[in-house]
Amino acid sequence: MTEANTTSSNETRELISFRVGEQEYCVDIMAVREIRGWSPATTLPQSPSYMRGVINLRGAVLPIMDLAARIGMPTTEPNVRSVFIVVQADSRTVGLLVDAVSDILSITDDMCQPTPDIACENVRHFVKGIISIEGRMISEISLDRLLPEREALAA
Amino acid sequence: MDELEAIKVTFFQECEELLADLEGGLLAMQDGNDDGDTVNAVFRAVHSIKGGAGAFGLEPLVRFAHVFETLLDAVRSNEVPATPDLVVTLLRASDVLADHVSSARGLGDVDEAVSASMAAELKACTDPNAAPAPAAAPVVVEADAPVVEAAAPALIGADDALDDDDLGFDFQPMTITIDEQAADVAAAAGNVWTVSIRPKSDLYRKANETALLLRELARLGPIEATLDASAIPPLDQLDAEAAYATWTVRLETDEDENAIREVFEFVDGDCDLEITRGEAVASDDALAALLAGSAPAPAPAVIEAAPVIEAFEPAPVEAAPEPVAVAPVIKAAPAPVAAPAAPAPVAAAAPAAPAAAAKTQQIDVPGPGQSVIRVDPERIDRLIDLVGELVINQAMLAQRVGEYGIAPSSNLAMGLDELEQLTREIQDSVMAIRAQPVKSVFQRMPRLVREVANMTGKQARLVMDGENTEVDKTVIERLADPITHMLRNAIDHGLESPEERKAAGKNPEGVVRLAALHRSGRIVIEVQDDGKGINRERVFGIAVKKGLISPDLQLTDEEIDNLIFLPGFSTAEKISDVSGRGVGMDVVKRSVQALGGRISISSRPGQGSTFTLSLPLTLAVLDGMVVDVAGETLVIPLACIVESLRPKAEEIRPLGPSGSVLAVRDSFVPLIDVGLTLNYRDQSPAATEGVVLLVEGEDGSRAALVADAIHGQRQVVIKSLEQNYQQVEGVAAATILGDGRVALILDVDAVINLRRRGPPLPSDPTLIAAE
Repeated sequence: MTEANTTSSNETRELISFRVGEQEYCVDIMAVREIRGWSPATTLPQSPSYMRGVINLRGAVLPIMDLAARIGMPTTEPNVRSVFIVVQADSRTVGLLVDAVSDILSITDDMCQPTPDIACENVRHFVKGIISIEGRMISEISLDRLLPEREALAA
Repeated sequence: MDELEAIKVTFFQECEELLADLEGGLLAMQDGNDDGDTVNAVFRAVHSIKGGAGAFGLEPLVRFAHVFETLLDAVRSNEVPATPDLVVTLLRASDVLADHVSSARGLGDVDEAVSASMAAELKACTDPNAAPAPAAAPVVVEADAPVVEAAAPALIGADDALDDDDLGFDFQPMTITIDEQAADVAAAAGNVWTVSIRPKSDLYRKANETALLLRELARLGPIEATLDASAIPPLDQLDAEAAYATWTVRLETDEDENAIREVFEFVDGDCDLEITRGEAVASDDALAALLAGSAPAPAPAVIEAAPVIEAFEPAPVEAAPEPVAVAPVIKAAPAPVAAPAAPAPVAAAAPAAPAAAAKTQQIDVPGPGQSVIRVDPERIDRLIDLVGELVINQAMLAQRVGEYGIAPSSNLAMGLDELEQLTREIQDSVMAIRAQPVKSVFQRMPRLVREVANMTGKQARLVMDGENTEVDKTVIERLADPITHMLRNAIDHGLESPEERKAAGKNPEGVVRLAALHRSGRIVIEVQDDGKGINRERVFGIAVKKGLISPDLQLTDEEIDNLIFLPGFSTAEKISDVSGRGVGMDVVKRSVQALGGRISISSRPGQGSTFTLSLPLTLAVLDGMVVDVAGETLVIPLACIVESLRPKAEEIRPLGPSGSVLAVRDSFVPLIDVGLTLNYRDQSPAATEGVVLLVEGEDGSRAALVADAIHGQRQVVIKSLEQNYQQVEGVAAATILGDGRVALILDVDAVINLRRRGPPLPSDPTLIAAE
């Protein structure tokens, strides 16, 4: 499923879209490693509220981030349909907690619009652009900005 | 070029081993053990480094090694006596050589002045009359048999093609005086033996060398060696690893056949050997023609060899030719032979070259039953990770089976028990693969001691013990710094000056002992000096003066000794190069504790001090106490825990508005609720309901951590949090427990420090800003 050729001449990209609250977001499919059902995470002390904790992903310690809380919306209450999307950002692998995965989109760049200049700074920071498809509005997440800077706590 | 780089890496690895051999040999000589073998081993080490360095065009290294080697050769042939003074010079030269190797490797620079003066000193030691240019070294031995030079040009060239004075490699071997020689030979057929040596490729594969065999033969009497290179195929059909050459040696000796056979003891089975009494019985045509003495033409063997070598001519002329020709040969070389590169073309003509630079058989070649495999460490790391997973998975299975209420006597439960046993054994075995003797760290220390002693004007002798104690590679890498520091400290602060020592009735030369041993699942490193011991009055005074402790504090001797580990404590009265830059023992202590280790000191006035360092055997697993705190499972490193207890109500005393302390046998220790400190809960329950773990932090401060319950002691596999997230204050790392969930490993020091700062303000829940 990762055979989508993102560099073909007509610039078609594939995205995975998912629901966070009532809104739809998406990330580039090439960054997605896997999608897993919710399992309880071990809380991390001294961490921001959007860090749900860490889980064991086949022996690696995987941090789980509540995407809704990260963007500044109320925290997600995990239920049976909640999933986390395991994505690769920089050299790190993180799980994004979302309400549900919707589908896979094939888009071309001309379907992508810049983020409207709205007041919310979080949105301007984390949303790369907005895709209009079949009357839906889907915001593309800028993955490399999601994780906090490593140095922030180094001291 | 990448290939060449890879070979270079191997070469430097070899260099390290060779330098260690060199130093070890010299130290043995210093201890009065200067028999021929030791001197030879020392010579070979320098020679091999030179050979390899030449192949890579490392000019400064070659030049220095060359001078060094010249002197060693003179020592080896007893032209220069190995006096204690000379050995000291040689040791210093080995240090400079090590610097040159590091510099060639791009790790640091050589002090040119030091190197030049050292080289001059070495030259001065070498009697210029006695030792000719070392390029001739291998030849000198057979000086009375000039034929050898012609017969085995490949080997000698391989050895020394790089020497300044031998660089020309102008191949003129046909000037053989065989004709007359052979005639003479035929005349004098007293105790004459004919030895035909046809090496198999295995001989070279085991790092043996024909030149050495010939040299050994020459010790029995005058020899004449002839190379039959007729079997060498044209270049395009040449297998670089195969052996093609045959030597025929005419030996005049009073020894018997056994003595001759002894020379070949180490290559037994790796070459076809024919020893016959008398002349030219060899079936070899070339030899027959040669020894007939009437052939007007030069020996056919040599002629045959010539074109082959000529084909390579352009390459060998330069010290470091284009690797094109070199690479395949070396790549083909089976053992991690480093040095052979430059003479590769020659190697093709006589495949001895790859072996030429390798150490000789006695040292290098393991017996047939105990071959050594070099494995990429990453593969082992991966294996260890996987076994870690296996352990976790096995624990998980066991837990599940327990949950289903399966009887312990059932087949399933018993099978699981066996699995557990096997898993543990696999884990132990795999960890044993990565375990290494501490030798690799220890062997750097004699030099350090020499240098520090020189700098401080003290006389010190290092005695090492337990170099073969094994410990995980992850720990080895972290041992060098603390040991370096402790040794410096022992010489700089521990040992007295020679005058002081004499006045105290001691040997002016101080002894520093460095020992490693295993003790109760940990590795213990001891650094012991026989110096003056810790001056407690002064230590106490300094600590007071620097405001580290209050002047009216009553301390035991032991406590005073341990003041030197306090941050900011440095006792050197004058700032020296060696120590006293403010980075003192506190740094050592901190780095040791970061590894889950402990360090302590004991001292007896006038008799010396002992530093004892204890470390876990591995950083891959950790022994921990599994505890429950506010519904979370945490692991507390066992190394920090002094004791655990259930506090009684009367032992808990409130102190101030919210704090409380625990009375432990006359001392009061602050109580820290882990759940509160890590923000797992807002309100701490009464400490009497929980369990108290008395822990000791890196600065020796004690604290009583309150947990809700103890689950027991367990070995856990350490997992990094930073890999996918970042450091979290109060958490050292993570691990995965039997139920598959992640548990955090507590950073005890951070927890103590967090508590001192007070709980984080609730208004600032996000320590990490969005940007």
